[in-house]
Amino acid sequence: MTKTGFVFANLFRKKTRTTLTLLSIIVAFLLFGLLQSLNHIFNAGPDFLGATRLITQARVSFTQPIPLSMLPKLESTPGVERATHSQWFGGVWQENTQLFVFAVDPQRQHEVYPEWIMPDAQWKAFEQTRTGMIAGRNLANQYGWKIGQKIPISSNIYPQKSNGSKAWAFDLVGIYDGKDQDFQKRTITVFINHEYFDEANQFSHGRTNFYALKLKPGADAGQVARTVDAMFENSPDETKTMTEKDFNIGFAKQIGDIGMIVRWILFAVFFTLLLVVGNTMAQSVRERIPELAVLKTLGFRDSTVLGFVLAEAGALCFIGGVIGMGLATLLGAFLERASGGQFNIALSPPVWGMGLLAIVLMSIAVGLLPALRAQRLKIVDALAGR
Amino acid sequence: MNDMSNRDAMIQIRNVTKSYERGKQKVEVLHGLSIDVPRGDFVALMGPSGSGKTTLLNLIGGLDTPSSGEISVDGQRIDQLKGGQLAHWRSHNVGFVFQFYNLMPVLTAEGNVELPLLLTKLSAAQRKKSVQVALQVVGLADRAKHKPRELSGGQEQRVAIARAIVSDPHLLVCDEPTGDLDRTTADEILKLLQALNREHGKTIVMVTHDPLAAGFANRTLHLDKGRLAEQVGA
Repeated sequence: MTKTGFVFANLFRKKTRTTLTLLSIIVAFLLFGLLQSLNHIFNAGPDFLGATRLITQARVSFTQPIPLSMLPKLESTPGVERATHSQWFGGVWQENTQLFVFAVDPQRQHEVYPEWIMPDAQWKAFEQTRTGMIAGRNLANQYGWKIGQKIPISSNIYPQKSNGSKAWAFDLVGIYDGKDQDFQKRTITVFINHEYFDEANQFSHGRTNFYALKLKPGADAGQVARTVDAMFENSPDETKTMTEKDFNIGFAKQIGDIGMIVRWILFAVFFTLLLVVGNTMAQSVRERIPELAVLKTLGFRDSTVLGFVLAEAGALCFIGGVIGMGLATLLGAFLERASGGQFNIALSPPVWGMGLLAIVLMSIAVGLLPALRAQRLKIVDALAGR
Repeated sequence: MNDMSNRDAMIQIRNVTKSYERGKQKVEVLHGLSIDVPRGDFVALMGPSGSGKTTLLNLIGGLDTPSSGEISVDGQRIDQLKGGQLAHWRSHNVGFVFQFYNLMPVLTAEGNVELPLLLTKLSAAQRKKSVQVALQVVGLADRAKHKPRELSGGQEQRVAIARAIVSDPHLLVCDEPTGDLDRTTADEILKLLQALNREHGKTIVMVTHDPLAAGFANRTLHLDKGRLAEQVGA
């Protein structure tokens, strides 16, 4: 027998209680892993995009369209190599599956976003087909789309000018891939031809939601952003220029402050967990007062007895936490595969890091008070049942 | 009457008092007690409830410290030792036997006996050997893998005695070791303690209410109201 063995023997002295406590820790860390992963995506943004592009949108919100007439001014701004524009289409596939559909200028899109890889012939077809659309590989695979098919996509915003219907149809002329594994996971967007959209929709003409500015090598992104925003200051269409990362965060936050929601859910989960596990540890120590006194009688120091109790709390939280995070990793990877990469919540190393930190903090939070109680036990009082 | 001096005694207690705070009251349990216990002695401490027997035993075993006075064991002034030092001293010098055995229910008999050895630098193999020897001494080598709930009261007490002797201390302090046992089993345990005293040279101080149990000791000290009342025996 070792001291570690002794700790584990005590931990599982009441198997049902320990198992139930472990289950609650597992569920809490499963939630923690998945939600924190989600939070990380929403807050961290796709770091791999780098700062080689800027996004210009209306100052208030990207949902407020800005005129296409800004394009030449933007492109002539010092430090800007090329600019393109994107308009949110509000695409819906079949009954009510939301799609990421943007109306873009095909050629500019190709030049500003080199990470999307597609044969030249398909880019050409996209430029030349007014009703053309291209789709990311993951999305096309998910719905079994093939080049040449007519894809019916409804818009939940824009009716057609010709018949007032929001049911649109586009010709799939290309399927693009990502330039590497990370971008490949994000091949879930549809691009349609802005020229056609602009003419055929009922009320939005000559406007777009945002511009993407490809910067010249070595350009000062901050300076470019300030120059652009200054250019449109006090005009009817004031702008806000930011990095893609900030834009992506803002885009995701349209559905609410994800970080705040996640933090509150996790706070509730962990607060409950602290009560449950803390109570288990306190009860476990209370039941063993005479045994702890005997340990001290045999010559175990106060600090060693404190260590035993803390180690038990640590082992309980570590086993439950690691199993929970492990399950979250498996489930996250499964959800990501099952959604064709659209639901990218595979646990990243930073989320694991936060999980391990949470395990340590929880171990201390639930173990410290009972451990201190064990440490302070007076042998004669404890043996006498006082 | 309270003074029994012997310079060669293993345990030397000099003018020891012990008082406790009970609410706002200070209660003195031992009043200037002086006792010597020679090496290899087997002493029974008797007396009515509240006479201070267990308090004295706790002081001798280093579980508590006196309010005043001196206690030396094997020349070591244990009344001057503090927390960690006292724990270290106990682990190397004293074996404890309790009325209710106080075994760890989650450990097997051998696990319980091995527990004090976790405080030593012995290897796992050396610990195992020591445990086997201790269990053989108490006649329970065949129950090594049994947990306390699978043992009778007498067997549990034997395991407790094995735990007390496994690190080979010179001194055993026993608090009512037969208080929870029937007469036959109690006699077996007392014979075992007697054997440890006579054959292995252990010095034993035993608190008991049972005159028959005290009969197994070399001598009996009677305490009354925190003072030594009389001495019976050699």
